[in-house]
Amino acid sequence: MFVRDQTSEILKVFALLCTVLVFIYARPYLLDRKQYAGEFYTLMIFATIGVMLLVSAGNLVMIYLGLELLTLSSYALVALNRDSSLSSEAAIKYFVLGALSSGMLLYGMSMVYGATGTLDLAQLHAAVPQSAMPHLLVFGLIFMLVGIAFKLGAAPFHMWIPDVYQGASTPVTTFIASTSKLAAFGMAWRLLETGLGDLSQHWQPMLAAVAVLSMAIGNLVAIVQTNLKRMLAYSTISHMGYLLVGLVNAGPEGYASAMFYAISYALMSTVAFGVILALARAGFECEEIADLKGLNQRSPWFAALMALAMFSLAGVPPLFGFYAKYLVLQAAIDAHMLWLALTGAVFAIIGLYYYLHVVKVMYFDKPVEGGADQSTPDTSLRVVLSINALALLVLGVYWGPLLGWCRRSFGLG
Amino acid sequence: MMLEHVLVLSAYLFSIGIYGLITSRNMVRALMCLELILNSVNINFVTFSDIFDNRQLRGDIFSIFVIAIAAAEAAIGPAIISSIYRNRKSTRINQSNLLNK
Repeated sequence: MFVRDQTSEILKVFALLCTVLVFIYARPYLLDRKQYAGEFYTLMIFATIGVMLLVSAGNLVMIYLGLELLTLSSYALVALNRDSSLSSEAAIKYFVLGALSSGMLLYGMSMVYGATGTLDLAQLHAAVPQSAMPHLLVFGLIFMLVGIAFKLGAAPFHMWIPDVYQGASTPVTTFIASTSKLAAFGMAWRLLETGLGDLSQHWQPMLAAVAVLSMAIGNLVAIVQTNLKRMLAYSTISHMGYLLVGLVNAGPEGYASAMFYAISYALMSTVAFGVILALARAGFECEEIADLKGLNQRSPWFAALMALAMFSLAGVPPLFGFYAKYLVLQAAIDAHMLWLALTGAVFAIIGLYYYLHVVKVMYFDKPVEGGADQSTPDTSLRVVLSINALALLVLGVYWGPLLGWCRRSFGLG
Repeated sequence: MMLEHVLVLSAYLFSIGIYGLITSRNMVRALMCLELILNSVNINFVTFSDIFDNRQLRGDIFSIFVIAIAAAEAAIGPAIISSIYRNRKSTRINQSNLLNK
């Protein structure tokens, strides 16, 4: 029912780390806007408990309970900013789409239960090859893939991500971008490998198609965005495509690379949203890319941190994001899917544009009147954000220990 | 013989629920269709549990968890809807146009 193995421990460590980062980054933002209420922290802790239950799940019931605890708390967190119509609209869109995908996931679980007679993931792994109703199994698998792809934010189930990232207040967006994605990876791995590993010849091509679609839509639509949070949302969709490329490998190397990618993405997105939080002040949300114009002349350290985050997200060596992308594409090549790796590489190059656009705006444009100015005076945010961003540089060069930890948890040397 | 009939019934309810959830302009109607979806899944679980799992009733137990979670969602959904109503004075779902592109 509740599994405690190395995979769940790594994911829990990083989920808790990201939640602590969100709390540190959120405090000055919430204080400025008089939103510093207990509900914010309570809901986030409930959501983190949901994450921890989800990645330790050994039973379909546990997966569903952890998932619902996470998502119900997230709905409330997105809607927490009661006076903003934008937040309420994002919340109802998230709610309707999320409930729909939970229903689909449940329907798939019921079909799998009917085909094998068991809900336990370990027993499922044994019962799947000898099931008397293989068609029912594949039918259920397809519905479960819908639920997994929604939670990850992969196209064509990605429509909630831009609205929620833009509409929710920025600390909530940081949480959904980091901790929630770790949970989504954990759920995907538990369901697809531990539960249904023998059906891998069925879900590999489906996930490959979803991955290509995500990379394409995420990278191409992010080019035309003018809102920074919405651009980061579409880039999230493309990153989830890369994560799925790692999962498509369906072997321990692929899973280790996908987990490394999920952790790297969570840390990179906390830096990116943390800089947005650091530059926001009362009455000014640092949301548009145009708000960052000339940031280098006003606040050079934060411009440098944002540039680190952008380069790392783009996958430029020697930063963290580069090695994660390299591992994932290597896993695709090892699975004899050269076309997938080439597609990933092509879209990564296309994706460089919108990240470098932000860097160009910060370093080469003239600062404007109502734009980002001095960063917040809160010292803990500045110190922790700097450490977080420098970790992208350090981990990009010294990725050995983390990668070794990820690989050991899947049984590799 | 009976198994397929019940599965077809729950598939019908699931489809009606999905159709209603996607196409209803009233948000409260969308929530009702969501309940329909979750209850169709419950029918599935209970039927499979009756036929395959007579001793341990795992499917029935999962159904009870689903009912509890559906109740929690039915609490959060109207809370969000009342928040929208307070901001916009209407609950038409096709008026959401602040977030596009």
